[in-house]
Order: sequence, then structure tokens, then C-alpha cells
Amino acid sequence: MNVLVCVKRVPMVGARIVLSPDAREVDVRQLGFTMSPHEECAVEEAVRIVEQRGGTASVMTLGPGEASEQLRDAASIGATHLVHLVTDGREWDAVATAEAIVNAVRALEEERGSYDLILFGNEAADTGDYQVGIRVAQALGRPSIGGIKHVALGEGTLEARREFRGGDEVYDIPLPCVIAVKEGINLPRYPSLPGRMRAKKMAIEEIPVEWRDGSLRTERLRIPVEPRERAEILGNGVEGVPALVALLEQWGILS
Amino acid sequence: MTTNQLTSMYEKLGIPDAERTSGGEAKRAVIIGAGIVGNSLAYHLARLGWRDLVLVDKGPMPNPGGSTGHASNFIFPVDYSKMMTELTADSTAQYKELGVFTESGGIEVARTEARSQELRRRMAAAKAWGIPCEMLSPEGVAKLVPYVDISIIIEGLYFPTVGVVDSLRAGTLMRERAQEMGALEVRANTEILGIDLTDDGERVRTVRTSSGDIDTDVVAVCCGVWSPKIAKMAGASIPLTPIVHQMISVGPIPLFADTVGEIVYPIVRDMDTNMYERQHGGDMEVGSYAHRPIIVNPEEIPSIEESALSPTEMPFTQDDFDPQLQDALELMPDLLGDERVGVRYAINGLISMTPDGHPLLGETPEVKGLWSVAASWIKEGPGIARAVAEWMDGDAPEIDLHEADIARFYDHQRTRVHVTARAREGFNKMYGIVHPAEQWESLRPTRLSPVYDRERDLGAFFYETMGWERPYWYESNAGLLQKYEGRLMEREAEWESRWWSPIINAEHLAMRDACGLTDLSAFVVMDVTGPGALGALQHLAVAQLDVPIGRVVYTSLLDERAGFKSDLTIMRLGHDHFRVVTGAHTGMTEKKWFVDHLPSDGSAQLSDLTSSWSTFGLWGPRARDILAKCTSDDISHEGFPFATCRTIELGGVRVLASRISYIGELGWEIYVPIEEGAKAWDTIFAAGQEFGLVPVGIGVYATTGRLEKGYRALSSELTADFTIIEAGMARPTVKKQDFIGREAYLAQRDETPVAHLCTLTVNDHRSASGVARYMLGGEPIVSLEGERLVDGKGRPSYVTSAGSAPSLGKHILLSYLPTNVAEVGQQLMVEYMGESFPVTVDVVGSTPLFDPENLRVRS
Repeated sequence: MNVLVCVKRVPMVGARIVLSPDAREVDVRQLGFTMSPHEECAVEEAVRIVEQRGGTASVMTLGPGEASEQLRDAASIGATHLVHLVTDGREWDAVATAEAIVNAVRALEEERGSYDLILFGNEAADTGDYQVGIRVAQALGRPSIGGIKHVALGEGTLEARREFRGGDEVYDIPLPCVIAVKEGINLPRYPSLPGRMRAKKMAIEEIPVEWRDGSLRTERLRIPVEPRERAEILGNGVEGVPALVALLEQWGILS
Repeated sequence: MTTNQLTSMYEKLGIPDAERTSGGEAKRAVIIGAGIVGNSLAYHLARLGWRDLVLVDKGPMPNPGGSTGHASNFIFPVDYSKMMTELTADSTAQYKELGVFTESGGIEVARTEARSQELRRRMAAAKAWGIPCEMLSPEGVAKLVPYVDISIIIEGLYFPTVGVVDSLRAGTLMRERAQEMGALEVRANTEILGIDLTDDGERVRTVRTSSGDIDTDVVAVCCGVWSPKIAKMAGASIPLTPIVHQMISVGPIPLFADTVGEIVYPIVRDMDTNMYERQHGGDMEVGSYAHRPIIVNPEEIPSIEESALSPTEMPFTQDDFDPQLQDALELMPDLLGDERVGVRYAINGLISMTPDGHPLLGETPEVKGLWSVAASWIKEGPGIARAVAEWMDGDAPEIDLHEADIARFYDHQRTRVHVTARAREGFNKMYGIVHPAEQWESLRPTRLSPVYDRERDLGAFFYETMGWERPYWYESNAGLLQKYEGRLMEREAEWESRWWSPIINAEHLAMRDACGLTDLSAFVVMDVTGPGALGALQHLAVAQLDVPIGRVVYTSLLDERAGFKSDLTIMRLGHDHFRVVTGAHTGMTEKKWFVDHLPSDGSAQLSDLTSSWSTFGLWGPRARDILAKCTSDDISHEGFPFATCRTIELGGVRVLASRISYIGELGWEIYVPIEEGAKAWDTIFAAGQEFGLVPVGIGVYATTGRLEKGYRALSSELTADFTIIEAGMARPTVKKQDFIGREAYLAQRDETPVAHLCTLTVNDHRSASGVARYMLGGEPIVSLEGERLVDGKGRPSYVTSAGSAPSLGKHILLSYLPTNVAEVGQQLMVEYMGESFPVTVDVVGSTPLFDPENLRVRS
């Protein structure tokens, strides 16, 4: 079973986001980076599949040199191969990103055989385009489904489940296929120290890519002005109980 | 505070009505920052009777997002600094009283021989300060911490009283106590927008906050890493920088699954790798001071809202930590190498780092009423708060805070460049093996004497003192080594020979035989002038200053409890003109002491002339012959007696000559305008050649020459912990004029002292391995049975100063001893590097071992 997971390096933001002076980007000078949370789950899922079935759990990213950190993060929890489509740091739109991934997948598959399963996070934590997975599937001519919170492998097929309007939708998809997963599909493990050490030494296959102008461009980001939430302390210890009870009654929780 | 009280306070401070109206609410004091320090300070001020306090923090309670919130919260009780050790001890007692202390024990492990020796040195410090500890074999370590791979360690130093605290809980309890006393209002989520000064720009008046203005005379900046930013609002500087300390937490550790409480296993400090491993419930925290220094500008710390975790828990930079992972895995391979154990939390935690590693405490010298209570670890927080509260309350703090006084810095040391350079340099020394004489390397040279080039050409080995480059010895004197062979007390052990040269002792002997010329340009020179000058100085000095013009007075200055505040010389140059001269190291705190006590009517002024005057010391039996060749003025013993000063011609320049000596020889301190300094030096140097004049470094001036004469040094022997009487410096009478500390001093004179400052010499230097060892200071003095010596006030005996006495062929140790052993001829031991060496008490009191009659200075 050969699984490929595509991940994106995104800033780890706090409650308030600071924008660059031209308001086209998030100001990341004081921020750390991570891969999108859905993608962490995708990597965990790939590692679990390979732990059960054998095979490879490859992780690919398209991003600047620093995005190798996210590849090593993936390696530290069990990814077996790392592929880096190295950019010059400019933001790529979904069309161009999908195209670069497709090219890389084709080249890699030619060399070492087909990926049975390609996993994406449902959407990137920063741009949230919801497009790259479906575009890649379309270009590769493989079936695809998004919003998945459970997968189970059969023989040559995969059962994928997602929540929909209070119920579950269950799909049976032939392999190879492309799946976009959501947080909740699993609880990703923390990296162990030996895992970190292995990740540090693991080779990263670098594939240079040329930026190209896609059709989407960010004009401006805007942060909505939200009224600041206020907390009120009802009281300390036992003295606070009457006020708490009154409030719970007011909300109809107690009667 | 009522309006009436406020008005009367303003009147007392001499602030006119017009300046009082800012429309804010009035408070006795505003404490900014609700970390461990701010909360503790609020409590201690309240305990001392302060009311109308307000505690402000931009964040929420109980964890507003500062460094307290991510601290590893463990306390190792020993530090080479007595002050830090005492602050830690006091803090620990306070944490225990609050019920938030858990004793776990702690072990510092050695992987290398050098560290093994360092642990023995630490053991001596622990013994000096009365902290229990014992050396453990690797097997002994394994018994307490079974998960350590003992094949890679040589031994461990076990401190049974190490523990962890809940610092957030402690802060909450302190705050609540202050509130229960009705003394404190707490304002969380409140930003400081500005600090306004009185119209004369001298003192704080109003703190502007996002929840309104607060009028106050006292602002305490307890803002940790944000302190520089807050102080800047008032035009003051708090010279610290935020720096990253990386920490990860890994778990769940199967071994810890069944342990009860926060911690059961002793904390391990892996000293050689600059790391620690500390159990925290089911996890192990691994912290490091080994990574590259990562400096953050205080202005660039993200806000609470912008932070993913908290402002001081910055994004972890994995690459910096990777080498440390390897080290941690080596030490605890099974526990940390378990594949089931994961990194659950990892931060670049911000902590405060100062240029010299000590906290920044006290009123800022720039702005009256603006107090810095910054750069504290968890282990000192409550102790610092108590001491500063006492200080704010107008009393000398019980623990001597001189080393931490924020007034200690010179202007250049307050620059961002200086602060960051020294923080960068100091960071990796956190667990380092730091020699007591180790010198800083960055930003040198900064302050230069006018004869720096000449000294460099003479092969000077420079030490740095508060920015000044000072020759410690001169390679040009290497020829003297042969002349004095056999008398040089050469040091065989590498440790003691570090930052030392036998040339120091050769220079010493040459000076005693003929004459030496010493560059003392680092002296702080301050003139106090005006009709109120005499009165102002009389109010500070123990000695009588109403002396004839041209007299030089050596005097102590005391604090309110009659502890030593300063020790210096004052020359009376005119009826209303006094020149104060003191050492570079303490000069700025002393300057603040003088400035703070100038009369409010403006009748006396202080001018800091340090950058105007160079000072050279010309001392030795031939000093008069040499000076006579440079001047036609009368410098005979009768014409220019001891302890007098006057302006004389010296070649083509005029200098102020002062006949005193800190090394016990005939001679003069020569004060010359800086631009003429080189000329004066050349004149003396040329004249001295035929008399055997040699350049002499500070190694002689500060150590060998001084110790042979039993002269006491401020901060070493003269601290706030001991009295004039105990130091053996009491005069037969006390002047009738009042001075600060007089009342306490008179009371001390009525008491029978429980300790005496003694001069001891080492009988036998041979260690068990046959190497001669020479103590460097700080070692415990113990009985022949190895028992600690503690006087009737609980103060231990330790070496306050140590050094060669080349004229006597002895190694001298100064130490306060309890009266029962303070007897000439008493045999005792000094503990050094894990061994005991026999010593003899040679002098009780201040009689010098060399030239006890003081004939030389009066010849």
C-alpha cells in the first residue's frame, strides 16, 4: 500500500491576526509554522495504514525551503518518504499548485509505481480554497471525495465515511483514489524523541518548480471587527454559588 | 489615600499645586505586572502597611502571559553569589509558608572531569551557605534516578532540599492576601499607555492605563521581559533583554503513571550539556540553555491576542533544539527513547537576561519613584519582592541587594547593543563552568584610559571593569620573574593559574622594593560643591568631614541599619568644595546615594567628573625620589604629610596629588586632566627609570598589596551584613554630627560583637594528590573537625577575599569568624575543591600582616 499525503506550511496564528502593510498577506514575522490541522490527521492516517498494511507513507509539500520543517514533522510521526516541491516563497494559487503536484506525482509514479491512495487535508488552514485535492484527482483521472472522517481499506477499494446533515454518508471507492480528510478522523500522535532524531536524518527529495501566474490573486485581506468578549467573575468559591445558580436558572438549565 | 493625605504628601515632596492636577485617581503605588514578582510585591507592601495599592496587568489573572506562566518552577538552592542564595532561601521559605512547595531533591551530574571539579567547587559554596548536599557515585545517582544512564556520568552532586513550586498559585495567594488586608485593587486586562512625569521631569506622577489614569508617586515595574518597554515610557532604562529558553514536555512516561503528585523523582541537571530534566506529573520537562542565543526585542513581543500560546511562549524552533535531543536521549535513553512517549508541548520560552546576570532592583537612577523589580527567576521572586518592599518603605533591605541594584550601570551599559551583546555571551554560561575572574569578550574595548596605548605596548593583560580596560599585569615585567624566583608562589593547578600570572607577584615585590606606577583611571570622581556641601556629606559619612582644606578623609557610608553602603575617600579641596573618589565597580550606586541625599534647597551640587580626571598611583619606597624629579614643589614628609592633598606641578602640567595608599606604601594618587594624562604618565615613567620604577597592574592594587595590609574592600568584606565594629574599623569616638545609620551604629557599639574579621594564612597547600592549591575566595572556613562555623547571628564564616602575600610568602584569606575561634594562633580548616586545608588565624581585627606599624605609608 503506497500512500501519498500532500501538506501545506501555514502560519500558526493567535486569536488576532496581523496583516502585512499592503493587507495581502498575514504578517508572519512573530509566528511559528505548522501544517494545516486536517493534514496532520491525513499524515497520521497514512502512517496507520502503512503500519497495518505495510508499504510507504510519502509526504509531499509545495512551499519555500523552510517547508522542509513540516516534512520532517511528518517524518517524526512515521512518514517514510519526503518530497519537497521547492518554491521561491511566493504564494501559489490552487490551479498552479494542483498542476505542480500532478506533474510531480506523474514523474514519481513513473519511477516507482502508482500511489494507491493520495490524501489531502480538506482545506488549507490559511487560504481555505478547498480545491487542490479535487483538481489533482481530476487531472489524474481518479475518483475523489472530500470531508472524510473515517476510512477503512478493503481489497482494491476503500470505504470512506463523512458526516452529512446529521447522518453519515458511506462511499465505497476503487483504488487508486484521492481523499480529502477532516480533523476528527483520528487523533494524531505526538512525535517521539527517537522519531525526531530519525526525521532529522531523513533524506528529502527536492523537485524544483517554477512559479506561474494562476488565475486567482489575493487582492486584499480584511479582519472583521468583532466586539471584544467580556468575562464576568460571578464570585469566588462557595460565595459564587448563588450567582451561578441564578444564571443557570435564567438559562433554563436549572429549574 | 485621601485627598488630604495626598496633598500633604505633595507638600512634603515640594510639588506645587499646579503640577498635581492630572485628573486621575490617586493611589499610593502602582505595581505593573502580575507575575510572581508583582503579586509578591503587592503582598509585602501591604504587609508593611501600605494601602491604596493597585496591581495592573495587560493580561488576565491568574496567568497574564508572562514568564511566570511557563516557568519550570524548580528551585536549586545554591549559587556562588551569597545574595542570590539568600534571596532563594527566603523565597523558598515563603513558598513553603504558602503551601505551594514540593520537595523533590535535585542532582547535578558530571559527564567530564572538569565538571567533577566544578561540582566540588559548588559543594564548597553550598557548605559556605549552609545548604545540604552530598556527592553521589554513579550508582548512588541510579538509586535516586533509575532512568539515568550512569555509564556516561562520573558522579553527581545531590541537593536533597531542591523542590518545585506552583508559582501561579503563590502569586494568586499573595494577591488575595493583599486584597484581604484591604490594601490592593487588581486591574486585569489593563494596558499601560504611558507614564507621565512631574513638570521638572524628575519623578513619576501619573500612570495612564486603558482603564483610566492613576496619579501616584510610586511605580513598580515588575514586568519581566516587558520591563524595558514600560520603563522607557517614563524615560528610564531597565537594561535587560528577552532571550529564548527552549523547553519541551514529553509524555506520557510509563514510569510516572503511578506516581502521586507533581514530582517524585529528583530533578536532574545535566550540567555539561546545559540542560535539565524535571518530572511534571506524567511528563518529563526537558529544558535547555545550550542552543544558540535567540534574542528578542521587547518591543516585538507579540500581544496576547496575536500569540498562538502566550506572548512569552513563542513558536518552537526545532532546529535549535535538535542537538539537545541527542544529549537528553543519551542521558535517559530508556525513558526518553520510548517510542510511545511523545513531545506534547514545545516552546521558545522568553526569559529576562541582564548584562551581568543579576536582577535589576531598586529605584531607577533616571526617574524618582520609578522602581525596577525585574529579571528575577521563580526561585528569587518572593525574596526579591520582600527585600524591595522594605527598600521602598525607606529601610535598608535585610538582604544586601548591592549586586542587583539597578543604579549600578554606566550609561554605555544601558544601551541595547551592550545589553544584547552581554546577554548573548552570558546565555550559554548559565550552567557553565565560569571562573570567578573570567572576563567578558564582547564590546571591548569601550572605555580607555589616556595611557591605554602605552599599556598595550607594555604588554598589559587587560581586565574589564564596568567598561574600563584595566591592566592586571604587564608582560614587560616578565624579566622580574627571574629576579624574584622562589618567591612568586606559582600556581600549579590550572584552575587557579587561569586569569592569573606570577608576574603579578613579581610586580608586587618590585613595588615593595622600589616603586610602582598604577593606572587608576577607572576611579569615579565626583565633586560636591556649594554652601550645603559640608552638611550634606556630613550627613552621609561616618568620619568627620569638617577638616582643614587639603585633608584626605577615608570614610565609610552606612545605610539606615548601619550596614556598609560605601567605603571611599573624600578630599576637602575648599571650604565648600569636596572631591569624592570611589571605585568603578560600585561608583554608580554610590553616586545615586549621594544625589538622593543632596539637600532639597539646592545648596549643594554633585558633578560627576569621572570623564575629566585620570588617576595614577605612584607607590613604593622610592616614590618621593621619583616625584621629586618631576616637581619643584615641597613633597617632603613634613611639607606634604600623609592624608593630605594639594595641587603640584608635575613636569609641564599641574596635578592634584593626594598622599594616601591602598597598598600600604609611601606615595601619592595623582589626579590629572584626562587630556594631560599621557604627558603626566610619561613624565613619571621617565623619572622613575633610575629608581627601578615598574608599571604595576590591578592584580597588585586590588589583591596582593591590599591583602598584605588587611585593607577591606567594599562588596567583599564590607557589606550590609556586617558592622563597622565586626570589620575592625571602629574609631574610638563617634562624631557628634548626625549621619545616616548613626543611631544603629551607636547601638552596635554597645553590643558585644559576635564575629570579627580576621586575617588567616594557609599552613599547607598540598592536596591529596600532591598539587599545591590556592583558594580564590568564597570557600567555607570550618573547624578542625570539619564543622561549619556560624556566628551568634547565624552568619557563616567564608573567605571574603583571598590572594597571595608575596612579601610574606603566604596565601592570605580574610574571613569573619565567630568570637570563640577569633583568636590569634587558632587552627582551622578551609574547604576547597572537596578537600580541607589547614589554616591559622594570624590577625583578629585590622592590623596588617605586612608592616604592622604602618611605617611605610608614613615615611
